[in-house]
Amino acid sequence: MGERTLMKGNEALAEGAVRAGCRFFSGYPITPQNEIPEYMSWRLSEVGGTFIQAESEVAAINMLFGASACGARAMTSSSGPGISLKQEGISYTASAELPIFYANVVRGGPGLGNIAPAQGDYFQATRGGGHGDYRVLVMAPNSVSEMGNLPKLCYEFADKYRMVTMVLADGLLGQMMEPIEFNFDPVDPAKLPPKDWALGNADGRPRRVVRSYDLKPGFMEKHVWKLMEKYKKVEENEVRYETAMVDDAEILIVAYGTSSRISKAALSLGRNENIRIGLLRPITLWPFPMKPLNELASRIKKILVVEMSAGQMIEDVKLAIEGKAQVFFHGRPAGGIPTGEEVLEVVKKIMGTGN
Amino acid sequence: MEKKVFAKTNGLVDIPMRYCPGCGHGVVHRMIGEVMDELKIRERTIGIAPVGCSVFADEYFNCDMIQPAHGRGPAVATGMKRVRPDCIVFSYQGDGDLASIGMAEIIHSAARSENITVVFINNAIFGMTGGQMAPTTLPGMRSTTSPFGRDPKVAGNPIRICELLSALEGPVYLARVAVNTPANVVKAKRAIKKAFQVQIDGLGFSLVEILSQCPTDWALTPLQSIKKIQDEMIPYYPLGEFKVPEETKTEDKGKVSAG
Repeated sequence: MGERTLMKGNEALAEGAVRAGCRFFSGYPITPQNEIPEYMSWRLSEVGGTFIQAESEVAAINMLFGASACGARAMTSSSGPGISLKQEGISYTASAELPIFYANVVRGGPGLGNIAPAQGDYFQATRGGGHGDYRVLVMAPNSVSEMGNLPKLCYEFADKYRMVTMVLADGLLGQMMEPIEFNFDPVDPAKLPPKDWALGNADGRPRRVVRSYDLKPGFMEKHVWKLMEKYKKVEENEVRYETAMVDDAEILIVAYGTSSRISKAALSLGRNENIRIGLLRPITLWPFPMKPLNELASRIKKILVVEMSAGQMIEDVKLAIEGKAQVFFHGRPAGGIPTGEEVLEVVKKIMGTGN
Repeated sequence: MEKKVFAKTNGLVDIPMRYCPGCGHGVVHRMIGEVMDELKIRERTIGIAPVGCSVFADEYFNCDMIQPAHGRGPAVATGMKRVRPDCIVFSYQGDGDLASIGMAEIIHSAARSENITVVFINNAIFGMTGGQMAPTTLPGMRSTTSPFGRDPKVAGNPIRICELLSALEGPVYLARVAVNTPANVVKAKRAIKKAFQVQIDGLGFSLVEILSQCPTDWALTPLQSIKKIQDEMIPYYPLGEFKVPEETKTEDKGKVSAG
């Protein structure tokens, strides 16, 4: 636990990771996440950890592969273009079942795009992103407070399921300052349960091997089914979301991250005009809150998906509600940021109360 | 009185290897296994098996092993060594792995002088994928992607890794050896041992480049292959030490000399 302090989102994320026991960071500069490696470069030395500015995103994620294989809580961060480069290592890490944590502070894309806040990497994050059958547990903060407090959960999930976990933020969350109170005591990595698969001093035990392949016929298929069993448990147990004013809602907004903050503003504005808006905010984007959304859709027949993208999460919303409600979309890709008023106008049009 | 003159090394798992007849991997594996035993470091060594023929190394070395993505061995070794400085970390890599796709990782880990050991097998060919041109394929040498022989005008000239890394301040020990004759094998083992010793002493980055034969993809017999190393490889890739730690310069002078 700690005091309430004012922090920048990116720094809160880095500090949260260190407090959660992160002792290894490797990364490569890219806007708008540079405060994370900058913070780590001095902060990790205070706790006896290692910071490396890697030669590339590819090297950075592979350094994590090694650090994590030796049992360390490790982290890397980047933004869209850099995350694309890391996908090779992420796929290998998923297959080798190494628990790692990384953050994508999303900017406008595709391509070099721009450095404005965006949510266009939803597909990349929630569909794994790299090659092969695997999943990544994705958490989407919508405040500086969550930027600082979600890394601990990510590390716990990563260790529990031996899987890749990530925070999907955006440039706005990374750059803005807000009060934060860390809601957990700093974790001493030396006191974490020993990892009975980690490489290191053998000291008489049988040798251990960390690998991402199996060339024996049929064995890789078995391995993937084993991964899927694990992911099924994650889907059953680790869905996180929050709702606001859904009880009497006539229209439900579904939004995550910065879009959910904007949508909350629209909700308040709408409620002032007696427009009964509700909100569901997924906190885990994978696993997606399929069931709660499906249940709400039985009651609320109009759903508006608000994203800072051209429409990505909307596909999960449609999958979740199984056609039970009408789905509308308002999105602004590649750096466009909607306002509460803008979203309210869209709501009014849908409800037939606008002009 | 019987005298024991030969024993299996405890550094290798006692199972048959899948490498082709005449391939150099087996000899090099054995030397690393023996060195781990002789330096008494096997219990605290982590090896890295590359993508390529020697991906199977993760079954053969009797120590903890990891198998990362193609070319990324030095980055993975960096992560491991920084987290476990008490462990001995070696990255076993082929020429496609190290000198092509992994060029950035090898150069930067050498520049940072990561305290790791790299064993670099240069057989001038992509082995496992079926004999394609490597960055180390000799001019005029045929491969499945240079069927008329490597044309330096199109594909450039082969890369000499030891010479390239010698330009950096970081590397502490750099040597090129070969496994084509018994005498060269003895020198190769000495170089490998020295490289591991450099790491044990905490001096920094060490790399041993080993000219090795690939009869299958060279489409030669094992005997023709070792002759090719002598006649074609060594003239282009001269053997010897390119960098040695200051304190061993005098005493070890000449121990590993041009072959």
